[in-house]
Amino acid sequence: MDFDLTEEQRLLSETVSRFVADRYDFHSRLKAMAEERGYSRAIWDQMADLGLLGLPFAEGDGGFGGGGVETMLVMEALGRGLVVEPYAGAVLMAGGALRLAGSPAQKAARLEGIIAGQYLMALAHSEPDGPRHTVDQLRTRGVVDGDGWRLTGAKTAVIAGDSTDELIVSAVTPGGVTLFLVDPQADGIAVQGRSGYDGCRVADVRLDGVWAPANAVLGGVGSGSATLTRLFEEVTAALVAEAVGIMTDALNTTVDYLKTRSQFGVAIGSFQALQHRAVDMMMQVELARSMAILAALSLEMPAVERRLNIAAAKAKIGQAARFVGQQAVQLHGAIGLTLEYKIGHAFKRLTAIDALLGDADHHLDVIAEAGGLPAIG
Amino acid sequence: MNLDFTDEDRAFRADVRTFLAEALPDDLRRKMVERRHLAKEDIVRWQRILNARGWAVPAWPVEWGGQPWTPTQRYIFQEEMALAHAPEGSPFNVNMIGPVIARFGTEEQKRRFLPRIANIDDWWCQGFSEPGAGSDLAALKTSAVRDGDDYVLNGQKIWTTQAQYADWMFALVRTDNTGKKQQGITFLLLEMKSPGITVRPIPSIDGISDLNEVFFDNVRVPVANRIGEEGRGWDYAKHLLGHERSGIARIGLSKERLAQLRQLRADLAARGMLTAAEQARLDRKLAEVAVELRALELTQLRVVAADAAGGGAAGAASILKIKGTELQQRMTELTLELAGPAGLGVPDHHGEGDGTDGWRAAAPLFYFTMRKVSIFGGSNEIQKNIIAKTMLGL
Repeated sequence: MDFDLTEEQRLLSETVSRFVADRYDFHSRLKAMAEERGYSRAIWDQMADLGLLGLPFAEGDGGFGGGGVETMLVMEALGRGLVVEPYAGAVLMAGGALRLAGSPAQKAARLEGIIAGQYLMALAHSEPDGPRHTVDQLRTRGVVDGDGWRLTGAKTAVIAGDSTDELIVSAVTPGGVTLFLVDPQADGIAVQGRSGYDGCRVADVRLDGVWAPANAVLGGVGSGSATLTRLFEEVTAALVAEAVGIMTDALNTTVDYLKTRSQFGVAIGSFQALQHRAVDMMMQVELARSMAILAALSLEMPAVERRLNIAAAKAKIGQAARFVGQQAVQLHGAIGLTLEYKIGHAFKRLTAIDALLGDADHHLDVIAEAGGLPAIG
Repeated sequence: MNLDFTDEDRAFRADVRTFLAEALPDDLRRKMVERRHLAKEDIVRWQRILNARGWAVPAWPVEWGGQPWTPTQRYIFQEEMALAHAPEGSPFNVNMIGPVIARFGTEEQKRRFLPRIANIDDWWCQGFSEPGAGSDLAALKTSAVRDGDDYVLNGQKIWTTQAQYADWMFALVRTDNTGKKQQGITFLLLEMKSPGITVRPIPSIDGISDLNEVFFDNVRVPVANRIGEEGRGWDYAKHLLGHERSGIARIGLSKERLAQLRQLRADLAARGMLTAAEQARLDRKLAEVAVELRALELTQLRVVAADAAGGGAAGAASILKIKGTELQQRMTELTLELAGPAGLGVPDHHGEGDGTDGWRAAAPLFYFTMRKVSIFGGSNEIQKNIIAKTMLGL
């Protein structure tokens, strides 16, 4: 039982925290959101310079071989700054699919660019007209055509999908779900980007008989569900950590506001009703922090423990994020409703995190079906 | 970071488990499983078994019967006790007055009281609350006036748990009215059979008469039974309330109760007593409890680890107390829901012989009795005041 960081982990955490504190104030976020691609290339380059884009990749592939704890530290720090750059979407999600399933040749062709911030990938998996949280109940189809494949279907919520160099598309094929590397400029693809309510850029992607050669298959025909299952566990753990970072900052900002905002001639933080609400927020943040640690460490556990502990973490974070987000807005009063102020942005990103990769209800169902949680320790 | 217990801790857990499996009397275990009220003799009997093993008061100083355990080992011990359905012993003896005497008592007081406290040769009760001093404990008025080698007490305590069993009371009394109300409070030890003490039971919603009023009419207490200095009782009381937090969230207890809830749900379903919709609803509620419990377990372990490293946050005990009690109460609600109307005809009986399963008869009383946990030991609202002040700076 050890909750201490190694010296390297502490250094990583400090480095990212300092980067966020020095380079990413709320104004930076607004500026990044206003750029054409919905985030800042300059910030992305700085993240590459810090080595963050290579963090999860193996040292042999030019990365740093970071695991769950390292990713947790980075995501929590990015969450504190409400960083809008698509670290989770491009590096952890799409990059993760490549890392988990890619052949040596596929990795060799892309990882250097990803780690340097020069090559962007996006996972096109969620569908607008199918089940919400699934790795295999898809409507997008891949059919064999000559020595390749034809892909047809619709995808949504593709993170940074309109500025990506390459898509990874999931589709049902003979033998199961298969992942395909797809050029977003290919014939038959329509990509429509927009800003999500959380400030992050997302895209809808339509595929109409898009050609994919045989060597575009990522990880073997029919292996997609297994890859996505593992991948979503990793990214869920990362999102949980991001939520903890956002909640931490929202709590601190709210407590500061309670100490400075004066009404009835006193700081409103002197009112017990508001003090207790702030305490309720704080307790949820600490419980959520515990679950982020659990999720990160669960990634090394056997399959059943891993799956259920991560489900528990996401369920808890979904509930905590809703409560903390709502109360941060409430305790700020009307200023919490404005786009000029960061609390509203924190609230919206927390709301999105609950919706992504299974909301609290979905994960509670997973645990209920399993008959509870396995013991830890 | 890792969640693994060390080999040493695992071996320790195995030792504790083996001992408990052998040493816990079966009738006690059954009473605990069925949530029946324990008699004084039950608690004393178990405490003496533990004491014979040297484990009755592990958190005390070693010279007075404590164990040189780490916070992690104390956590494991408490968890194993709960999982084995072992009674908890008297908190007034083990967690409250013992540590105070060990820390602030004279050598004479230690020699006289501590061995008897550990073995429950004396049963202790806590004389803190008064009719006008609950959450605002420092407003207490029971007066102690010096008269030669004695104090003379007049006044009243209330909500005194198990005063009907008690041989001794540790009490906060007022010896000075002139300064701040926290000053002028003195910590005294008094014998319950002293002339002038009257104990009156207060029937409570759980059908148990464990709460009492205690009246003092010119009760003489030797000055030798004062803890520390006159007027510093408030400091000693604060030490008592913050003494031991490796078990404060009562994770083991909640784990055991959740496991039992699952068992009860399975039994009722097997007997065709739950509709499919009811089963799904219960499973969902049990999943929510499991998630809350896991989050609390990790939080408790973080606090244990921080304490082991000597750097735990001051308000953390309050978080654990609030969330731990909320979870315990939530589980009593689920037990009540599972029992259905079967416990309705049982106003004050504790689960014995009503032609229905013992636990179903006990469920409502269990629910009612557990309302106390968010009130005693500093209500959850007072805990929030503490967190707001110490951790948020509000």
